[in-house]
Amino acid sequence: MNLVLSSSPHLRDNASTPRIMGDVLIALAPALLASALLFGLRPLAVAAVAVAFAVGSEYLFRRLVRRSNTIGDLSAAVTGLLLALNLPPTIPLWIAALGSVVAIVIVKQFFGGIGQNFVNPALAARVVLAISFPVAMTRWDRTPGLLSAFGIGEADVVTGPTLLEQMRQGAQGEVSLLSLFLGLDKGGCIGEISVAALLLGAAWLVFRKVIPLWTPLSYLAVVGLFTLAAGRDPLVHLMSGGLVIGAFFMATDYATVPLTWKGQLLFGLGCGLITSLIRLFGGMARACPSRSCS
Amino acid sequence: MAFRRPFPGGAHPDPQKRTLDAATLRLDPPAAARLLVPMAMHLGAPARPLVAKGARVLVGQPIGAADRPMSAWVHSPVSGTVTAIRRILQSSGAFADAVEIASDGLGEVDPSVRPPDVVDRASFVAAIAASGLVGLGGASFPTHIKLSPPPDKAPDCLVINAAECEPYITSDYRACLEEPDAIADGILQVLRYMDIPRAVIGIEDNKPRAAAALANALKAAAAREADSACRAAAEAAEIRILPTLYPQGAEKMLVHACTGRTIPTGGLPHDVRVMVLNVSTVGFISHYLATGMPLVRRRLTLDGDLAVGPGNYDVPVGLMIADLLALTGGTRGEPEKILMGGPMMGVALDRPDTPVIKANNAILVLSGAVAALPAETACIRCARCVQACPMRLLPTAIDAAARLEDADLLEPTNPLDCIECGCCSYVCPAKRHLVQSIRLGKTILRTAQARKKAEDGRRRAAKEVRP
Repeated sequence: MNLVLSSSPHLRDNASTPRIMGDVLIALAPALLASALLFGLRPLAVAAVAVAFAVGSEYLFRRLVRRSNTIGDLSAAVTGLLLALNLPPTIPLWIAALGSVVAIVIVKQFFGGIGQNFVNPALAARVVLAISFPVAMTRWDRTPGLLSAFGIGEADVVTGPTLLEQMRQGAQGEVSLLSLFLGLDKGGCIGEISVAALLLGAAWLVFRKVIPLWTPLSYLAVVGLFTLAAGRDPLVHLMSGGLVIGAFFMATDYATVPLTWKGQLLFGLGCGLITSLIRLFGGMARACPSRSCS
Repeated sequence: MAFRRPFPGGAHPDPQKRTLDAATLRLDPPAAARLLVPMAMHLGAPARPLVAKGARVLVGQPIGAADRPMSAWVHSPVSGTVTAIRRILQSSGAFADAVEIASDGLGEVDPSVRPPDVVDRASFVAAIAASGLVGLGGASFPTHIKLSPPPDKAPDCLVINAAECEPYITSDYRACLEEPDAIADGILQVLRYMDIPRAVIGIEDNKPRAAAALANALKAAAAREADSACRAAAEAAEIRILPTLYPQGAEKMLVHACTGRTIPTGGLPHDVRVMVLNVSTVGFISHYLATGMPLVRRRLTLDGDLAVGPGNYDVPVGLMIADLLALTGGTRGEPEKILMGGPMMGVALDRPDTPVIKANNAILVLSGAVAALPAETACIRCARCVQACPMRLLPTAIDAAARLEDADLLEPTNPLDCIECGCCSYVCPAKRHLVQSIRLGKTILRTAQARKKAEDGRRRAAKEVRP
């Protein structure tokens, strides 16, 4: 009789890395879908290219250095999708592809692969792209979305500053909170456009116990309090410039957040503080998402 | 019912207690079966064999002497002939003597087996020592040592462990249903002779029938009790219904849930003036005081997807697991893993020719489908292990330091606090062998600490020589 010897415990529950990453992909789907509805099919093309290049470069790199094949854990797909959601919808596809390669090869694999990267690969790649292609990375054109046929979200196809940018420059335009929430007539990255869609995805992550809420809630609370204290409308700030995607999908990145709930709470406070300071006093109105928020 | 989380972390493995309604059957080895009785079935020093090859032994006859302070007596479970004294490799990795006995199938009882004379604490503790009793819940701590706490740490509360939080295992549950009066009597005996004013019985909320049986038995025992102090303690005994959450039955978790007291790091229950005994252990105490039959048999659960006859069995200590399986109808196909104990903390056996030992509460026979461990992948730092750890440790940090074999990195992670309950490995989505790695970390840290101590000693000695 050949018996297997192993250390206890001899039972494992059914949680697995691919399941967790799959849940993140599911959670990001509503934001991508909202983007397609509001911006047209182009966001889908950007996402497809980014995911394909992220997975492809992980596969090729690990083959090259003779390490195990890890694309099955789906984390490369998550990185590609997250990066796509952080790009303008008009981004040239080759820039998205390049960003994916930077994220996977330089930021993730050079440091040892999943769990070892010291910054979020998608965000680091975004920063690299923002520095390398400043013009392409700040074109917030509203292209006609799938819903424009029904007269919804039919914005002028003009390059314009984002709402936060306008506010930073002193404009006091009328903003409808509902349209901000749904993302009907603001410009922005593919993924950050609809707060409603992002919250739907975040609820899925919480429901599936993929992310604890310490970091996002403390993050949002600090930004809300800070902007309120500065005499701004906190709701506008909370629903603008990708704060929601940052709080729920970036600041909760396993590889970069602390392990204990106290650490996670503190981390969220720090994120909120830095985001608020940059938004109120810094040169970048958006402040988040970017690695500067953490 | 308590719904508050009784301790941080924990896990919810599928209880799989399909033997809950399996009444205990007595199994006797067939004539000429060979039993192997290890001299080390307890924590501490192994017993010294008292018999030689060829000797005839009777049921209950002492065959191993506890002649060191931390040890336990061993008795023959059958009548028959000693065929060998063998050195066997135990699952702990240590070698120990074992007495091999060919049963004659007669079950002839040794004349020395008679009820002990117990009149006070000293004679009570001496009797328990002579019975060879060890903690039957799995820890196998010699009970007479537990009954002799330091004088300044005399317990004021007896906690009875009936939690049985490991999946599959139902032997304690069956004990509660089948012999509640013995358990109640055992509790009273301990309260009486150890002079403890209070008892709390901790049991999980998924075993209401056992809780009710114990409550009734305690009431009846209290009514029969003549001694007023003991009666008052029995009447005040409390059945504490605990949420079903693994590892509720771990000593530190149980003591906290039942008394609100926290056993300090590296401490024992008597440090918070508590005595913890397993429900089957107190049941045995009652039987022993009545009959004088030492610990030579025990109740265990046989289960696992390949066991043909899952159930609860009363078996002699020393019975080969291969014989246990044969007596219960064998196995359905070739087992891939045989566990002694539950799936969370049990030990995987390397061969079925391994004897049942005193603290053996379950034997699980598992197929590859159940027992195969998935491949390890990289840690994704999801912190699930941190959330699951009932000792508030950072399992992934210990894991990383242990794999680097770095004692300096290990020390601040407190691996020695780990109770090896298995929650961290159980919940890990990367399927990392965290408990295994933490065990390794404990050894690395202990070795480094011992080496440091020795070096310090040498340095001091050198200084004294050359002033």
